[in-house]
Amino acid sequence: MLEFRKEYFKDERDDRLNEVGQPRQRQDMLGHVTGRTRYFDDHAFEGLLHLKVLRSPHPHARLRSIDTAAAERAPGVKRVIRAADVPVNKNTLLSLINFGKDDEPLLAADKVRYKGEPILAIVAESEAAAYDALTKVRVEYDPLPAVFDVEEALKSGAPVVNETYPTNAFEYHEKYNHQKLRFGDVERAFAQADFIVEERYQMSPIEHAPTETNGSIAAPETNDRFVVHTCTQALFFSLGTAAKLLDVPSNRLHFLGGTVGGGFGGKVDSLTEPLSILGAMLTGRPVRYVLNREEEMLYGCPRGAERHYVKDGVMRDGRIIARKVTSYFDAGAYTRLSSYGAVKCIAHIPGPYTIPNVHAECYCVYTNRTPATAMRGFGITGVDFSLEVQMDKLAHKVGMDPMEFRILNAYRDGDMKAHRREAHNCALIECVQVAAEKASWPIRDEYRRMNSMTGGGGERAVIPPTATDEGGRIGAGRPATSTPPRPPPPTVAPPPRAPVPAAAQPRAPQPATTQARPAVPPPPAPPPPVAPAKPAATPQHGATRFSSVFGTRRR
Amino acid sequence: MARHRGRGMAAINYPIGMNLGGDPSQALVHSNPEGKFTVTLSAIDLGQGMKQVTRQIAAETLGVPIADVYVDTADSDTGPHDMGSFASRGTHRVGNAVAAAAKEARGVMMEAAAEELEVNAADLDTDGRGNIHVKGAPSRAISVKDVAVAAQFRQGKTIAGRGIFLIPLSEVNPETGEMSPVSCYAHACLVADLEVDDETGEVTVLKMTSAYELGRAINPKMVEQQLVGGAWMGMSHALFETPEPYYPDTAHGPRDFNEYVMPGPGDICPHDIAVLERPAPDGPFGGKGPGEMCANPVLPAVANAIFNAVGVRVDSLPITPEKVLRAIKAQGGARPQGAPGGRR
Repeated sequence: MLEFRKEYFKDERDDRLNEVGQPRQRQDMLGHVTGRTRYFDDHAFEGLLHLKVLRSPHPHARLRSIDTAAAERAPGVKRVIRAADVPVNKNTLLSLINFGKDDEPLLAADKVRYKGEPILAIVAESEAAAYDALTKVRVEYDPLPAVFDVEEALKSGAPVVNETYPTNAFEYHEKYNHQKLRFGDVERAFAQADFIVEERYQMSPIEHAPTETNGSIAAPETNDRFVVHTCTQALFFSLGTAAKLLDVPSNRLHFLGGTVGGGFGGKVDSLTEPLSILGAMLTGRPVRYVLNREEEMLYGCPRGAERHYVKDGVMRDGRIIARKVTSYFDAGAYTRLSSYGAVKCIAHIPGPYTIPNVHAECYCVYTNRTPATAMRGFGITGVDFSLEVQMDKLAHKVGMDPMEFRILNAYRDGDMKAHRREAHNCALIECVQVAAEKASWPIRDEYRRMNSMTGGGGERAVIPPTATDEGGRIGAGRPATSTPPRPPPPTVAPPPRAPVPAAAQPRAPQPATTQARPAVPPPPAPPPPVAPAKPAATPQHGATRFSSVFGTRRR
Repeated sequence: MARHRGRGMAAINYPIGMNLGGDPSQALVHSNPEGKFTVTLSAIDLGQGMKQVTRQIAAETLGVPIADVYVDTADSDTGPHDMGSFASRGTHRVGNAVAAAAKEARGVMMEAAAEELEVNAADLDTDGRGNIHVKGAPSRAISVKDVAVAAQFRQGKTIAGRGIFLIPLSEVNPETGEMSPVSCYAHACLVADLEVDDETGEVTVLKMTSAYELGRAINPKMVEQQLVGGAWMGMSHALFETPEPYYPDTAHGPRDFNEYVMPGPGDICPHDIAVLERPAPDGPFGGKGPGEMCANPVLPAVANAIFNAVGVRVDSLPITPEKVLRAIKAQGGARPQGAPGGRR
């Protein structure tokens, strides 16, 4: 059931329109409902080859040796693709908008950083032949200690997940190991508050679970180009990522897509296109690389886990006067888009409320799990869960109706937000009023009469005096997380196995460029020593030239 | 042992478009010689309706019927650059680019019509049904088709337009977090009514009641599909989904849809929705975008309703029967909290 409430904001709209606002049938509807819409995998090519990748069974291990001799002799195998075959085997997705350092290989070269990380690819006449050949590859691993908890990963002595970020935290502004938000003075406000409510919230990873798994088909064309049918959510983003990894000019790639069987954020990472194209380059034949359901579920990059500590100061009359949030985004082994999500989280705090004192820190943390990525509501969904459950607890604490409590604290046109921009075009109060009315949830008249257009601005538009600090300075030792992490409350089911323990003492000051770290000394078993990594600045793997590729290309 | 009714609510806002901006979209619009238009993009339709939203925006701007416009996407050779379909940016960013391209094409079309009718282009208007007429004199008119024929074969004009929309990239202050994240926000408030079984810990969502403010709803039916489907995904996030049920332990990873627990058709509940439209000052016809935010209020509303039903707070997602049951046991039994704002 859906109704339009046109009486709200009617003065701000001109409703005399012909097409906009009409419930027209979609131009693609007939194709969808008759099953005739063509998706990327509905394109047939003569001589199509199939690509499958070998994935690490370990969450963290050094690669000692890889023996592909038997796999290369296996029936139907056309080509084994190794890390050294990737022209530029290091990338970070957001390098396309110049944000962050290259930190992720297309195929693992020296070590694997999560269970399921691709190590090599096999291109064969059929999927079955490719799978069969994968079982003939012999890899020797030296397992390394792994870390799976964001707060453990930030502790001194934790295993280094990703040498590009040796403290296991993304580096913001080349200065801090987190993004800060400072507005007013929360500590002074906490001292004045009638009640303090401090809580911990956790969101586990979530899989996008699209009907159509990630995939692409790349084929050589006769004009020195490659056509790529793909289910990417971002055509030029994926084209740019592939062009960078393969070191080809962007106009040699012709990407076709636009009709996708469900994305929800899980098809931005360009998981398959670079390898499909590389396979086509190396074999001169069309190559199809599609994740199977298990790969999609476990290694196809989920919505990352988030942990939020929220501390609020509230007055007896229901006004929230201070909010302090410390957030940890679990990026998994590589950055992908998590660094961006953490900044979006900071921009969202303290939620759609006008609170005069706000303090927040958000960390993008590396752990030895499948790299996380964007998903519907990226950077916001977990924050909203935390803040809105917190709001319910606050309303309960001060004895207010939760609807009225939201309206009392809601932001209004003209209010100053914590990121120092004036609010406009607000409509939270109206949504609460309408939802209450529809649900027959009684609210008092004075709350029914309030609105977003009036009552804001003035004193509420003032940017308060704000002290800044140097906490979390890169290279200055342990981050100053001013909210001490608390243990999970007893209502949470304990995990069957404890996370990898790490030393609790503060991390000694280190220069940011230090790569080698002392080994972790935890019981029960002493881990193997962590070997020094190569300097991050030098190009690590693979040739940047393309001559070997050109030799086999069909013209 | 009993089943306890509970009711909870949550209110949220949602930023429209990529945080900090810097995410351009382009569009091209051109007419064939019969006055039929093609919008060319590289934007992606994930099922959310990208093609149809841009089609309606183009038709409205051009002043022609919807049947005279089709959208072609996505081909990197013909479609101009677009950042991608994510961050609730499609309607706002691509919609604005299409509106700009259609406006430019409309300008040429009106000039061509003015030449045919021997009047000033500023005195002309479209009727939305395929004709162009002199304002105040509907009989002095010419069809869009005749204008296109004349432009192509007599006047040598291209009825075409280019559009781009870009919110320049904002800086972020390292010390204070000062920044310009986005230019507009959508809003929502949602009430969840549910039942908690204190013997099994199972939660059954009975009904959702909501108000969503989305800016201008470009296509009401597509708004409805987003809100209904998105809220269902929110319910799934709240109660079912994760590949790591004992996070940070990585065990029990699912391999297929038998092992990845999601609600089925029997778990879907009625959802009573109100839509409010406060137009975004910089949106296409005031449009914002319902794509992502529709799921978000459901998670906390469900958690708050569970507290209302049995008095336990499960602050870790997803709220599985195991967690609910353990919490009820730790508390020594269910403690219903009474009815906030009455109960159905």
